[in-house]
Amino acid sequence: MSTKTDTTDEPGATADESGDLGTAGSQLSTAPKEDVSLPSLGPIGWARWFWRQLTSMRVALLLLFLLSIGAIPGSLIPQTSIDPVKVDEFKDKHATLGGIYDKLGMFHVYSSVWFSAIYLLLFISLIGCIVPRAWQFVGQLRGRPPAAPRRLTRLPAYTTWRTEAAPEQVLDAAERMLRGRRFRIRREGTAVASEKGYLREAGNLLFHVALIVMLVAFAAGSLWKSEGGKLITEGDGFSNSLTQYDDFSSGPFFDTDTMAPFGFTMDSFDATYERTGPQKGTPRTFRANITYFTGADGTEHKKSVEVNTPLDIAGNKVYLLSHGYAPVVTVKDGRGKVVYHGAVPFLPQDPKNFTSSGVVKVPGARTADGKRNQLGFQALFVPTFGGKNSGSMFSQFPAPDFPVLSVNAWHGDLGMDSGLPQNVYRLDTKRMTQYKDAGGDFFKKMLLPKDRAAQMLGHTGAKLTPEQLAAESTMNLPDGAGSITFDGIKTWASFKITHQPGNGLALTGAVCALLGLAASLFIQRRRVWVRAERADDGDVTVVEMAGLGRSESSRVAEELAALAAELTPSAPLAAPAADTADGPGTSAEDPTEPSDSADPADPSEGARA
Amino acid sequence: MNLAAAANETLAHNSNVLVYSAMAVYTLAFVAHMAEWVFGSRSKVGRTAAALTAEAAAPAAARARSAAAAGGTGTAVLERPKVVTRSAAGSRDVPDGPGAHGGTEKGDLYGRIAISLTVLAWALHVGGVVTRALSVQRAPWGNMYEFSTTLGGAAVTAYLVLLLLKKNVRWLGLPLVTTVLLDLGLAVSVLYTASDQLVPALHSYWLWIHVSCAILSGAVLYLGAVATLLFLFRDRYEGKLADPDGKQPGAFATSVLERLPSAASLDKFAYRVNATVFPLWTFTIIAGAIWAEAAWGRYWGWDPKEVWTFITWVAYACYLHARATVGWKGRKAAWLGLVAFVCYLFNYFIVNIFVTGLHSYAGV
Ligand code: HEM
Repeated sequence: MSTKTDTTDEPGATADESGDLGTAGSQLSTAPKEDVSLPSLGPIGWARWFWRQLTSMRVALLLLFLLSIGAIPGSLIPQTSIDPVKVDEFKDKHATLGGIYDKLGMFHVYSSVWFSAIYLLLFISLIGCIVPRAWQFVGQLRGRPPAAPRRLTRLPAYTTWRTEAAPEQVLDAAERMLRGRRFRIRREGTAVASEKGYLREAGNLLFHVALIVMLVAFAAGSLWKSEGGKLITEGDGFSNSLTQYDDFSSGPFFDTDTMAPFGFTMDSFDATYERTGPQKGTPRTFRANITYFTGADGTEHKKSVEVNTPLDIAGNKVYLLSHGYAPVVTVKDGRGKVVYHGAVPFLPQDPKNFTSSGVVKVPGARTADGKRNQLGFQALFVPTFGGKNSGSMFSQFPAPDFPVLSVNAWHGDLGMDSGLPQNVYRLDTKRMTQYKDAGGDFFKKMLLPKDRAAQMLGHTGAKLTPEQLAAESTMNLPDGAGSITFDGIKTWASFKITHQPGNGLALTGAVCALLGLAASLFIQRRRVWVRAERADDGDVTVVEMAGLGRSESSRVAEELAALAAELTPSAPLAAPAADTADGPGTSAEDPTEPSDSADPADPSEGARA
Repeated sequence: MNLAAAANETLAHNSNVLVYSAMAVYTLAFVAHMAEWVFGSRSKVGRTAAALTAEAAAPAAARARSAAAAGGTGTAVLERPKVVTRSAAGSRDVPDGPGAHGGTEKGDLYGRIAISLTVLAWALHVGGVVTRALSVQRAPWGNMYEFSTTLGGAAVTAYLVLLLLKKNVRWLGLPLVTTVLLDLGLAVSVLYTASDQLVPALHSYWLWIHVSCAILSGAVLYLGAVATLLFLFRDRYEGKLADPDGKQPGAFATSVLERLPSAASLDKFAYRVNATVFPLWTFTIIAGAIWAEAAWGRYWGWDPKEVWTFITWVAYACYLHARATVGWKGRKAAWLGLVAFVCYLFNYFIVNIFVTGLHSYAGV
């Protein structure tokens, strides 16, 4: 691969021509010069060398590449921050590998030492690069375009013609034209130098600065953030303090004293589902209707929260995460006393049709003679009863059309006295026994909600006495140990409440990065020179125009042609015979030779292809 | 089942029929493109070789300039000055190849037939995507089947738009039609998912914004990747020709490669394409972050899909940086460009199918 392009100097045509072009081609960009020289001796020499290497484009490239490679393992190896259970599983399965990974920080790649080192180095390099570039750019803005090189023919785009107009006249016209096109002008001697497209550099600097802004925002976000989850049943409320959360995590600098005073009550939850057609059962809406208050005055506002549309309360965002059913039950003990009444959130086992399971724990129950007899119920709930499948019932639709609660009962010691936190969705049956019926089978019953039993039983319900109907929704425990009644259904919803400073900053950074990038990639920085001098051989004026852009710009030639065309009315072409006399460069041309401009935009190319 | 639902099922069915028809017509276009290449191989062009050997023989100054068409042609020379261009020192001054048809009339005819067939297939293809959208009354990007069919359609659209703008892109025809066939084949066989509703998390107007940008970016980056790959071949070919004492390219390589645009043109095309969509790709990520903030309560969470999007973005940033860095232009930058596109593909196929995360959609 003998690519000569590999040896092309930076950036493009600019630098490698600065040899013959002098200053004309310099400073078309502020990209740092590559420096491969060895350091001079002494610690300062070394330090300077090291700094220059760190802030060079080559090292920036290397660090960028490392950053993308370094990000890979985090997507393939389970991460503690995303799924701690999976991490533990992985460690169990691969003992040695797990140990090695642990040492390397592979289970928390994005906060590991080595990953942080890469991006911190990159950002030091970035700052070390931006600051001098910004200075240089300010200098360029204050300065004037470089004077016309002596030999314009060496520039990438060049044209010349002869005209009867006087040189001064041509230069005046050129200056007017270029000024009209918003070029910056420098007129010196017999030439006008001009430059345009400074916004490209500004865009590039803005882009890189915006990257830093985004990093800062990201850091602020993770250092000061707080995030908690809360499950709320219809009618219940929440106020923003640490003890109220089901789970809570925060960044190292978060101060719980600064938690914003607000709270809300979930008034109702709307869920609707497609009722017909092939998409039957597909969710249509999930909406939690809440009443919230902020601050000490406590003025109440009604609002709704939906998936994808969080609510902003006092700088905190409230997200709707999921929902489920909470059957309302009443438990009486052996004494006939109500020992439990309330809605119990059940966890969906089947996310589509909401077959759900849950437990009711009643630590305060006693037998008829007053002895401690803690009760526990395990239950399965279906919103729309669809029959039984290998012994357990299942749901066939997510809405509560035909709700059924199937319960079995335990008694003994719930194990809640130890003071250890317990899973509220699981019954610890170690020290409990399950109730059995007279035949020795486990005791269980399917219950209908009391408030809807009559309606659900339809015509037959009408013939039932109130006592018989009540029996449909109550399970009496053997030996008069008590009863459980299925009163009705409520819905619960789980919310995530986050406070993350720096989101606005991150968005500002992102938008600036985008704008800067667009300016940097779409705007061309280029220079145009016009020279008009009296020809040696007579009265005519020789006009020369030349253009220079960065290597990627192919429009320079097109633009130069357009500018030349615009200038010709003020400097009309003299007789063509004179043109071929000694116009530099053109005489060697064969005008019939097809263009080999590499530009795919060139219409003649398209036609030929 | 009610009437509307039945109508939707009919639409979904029609969509499948349209996609299969599009595949059939793409296959015909593929055959026509093959014919174009075969007939084109009979021409004896040798322009590249001629240009390069002339270059090797003559001193640098002799090849330094040529007339650009930009200034106008023919009689216009009288009223307008002619602009001459001079290629950057160090780059080869090689004309573009004549295209697959190799300048032969028969080849050109087949090439034109291939393009007409591609246009027809494209219409069927777009029809398939649109009816699918109508059948579910939402953006047709809920699963990988829909994503893949749209991606293929977007790539062909981009190609046809470039043709319409009279850009020199006919050389893209064969590779593009081939991969679109592969893409659709994969979509209807492996990835097929019956038309269905979205999971609630996807119910958002950000689906329209984020996913359409991702698809468009991917489709255009694909064109850039094809150009980059061909650049690597063509560049080596030119390199061999420019060095008459070294190993010369074989007959088949010569026949194919000399009809392609010059390495410089391919490289420039690839850069333009990649640089043009890079801001769009950046916007895709920003839009995704805003959506994630609305849906999940954080704009960035290192979810596998997010990680690979990040990797892809950084890889393209590397590519753009490389082009501004000494010693990294040309082939090395091209390799980076290819690596970046492989990251895009990896993110699409491997991460979607094999890595679970928040972005895992129901039923692939
Ligand atoms: C955080 C990491 C970085 C990212 C994501 C990044 C990204 C980019 C991108 C996408 C471009 C292309 C836009 C254009 O061509 O104008 C670019 C250009 C550029 N970058 Fe960076 N960059 C990073 C760090 C750096 C560093 C550390 C330096 C300095 C050593 C640097 C110096 C430059 C320069 C000079 C250009 C313009 C090159 C030219 O004039 O063509 N960048 N950067």
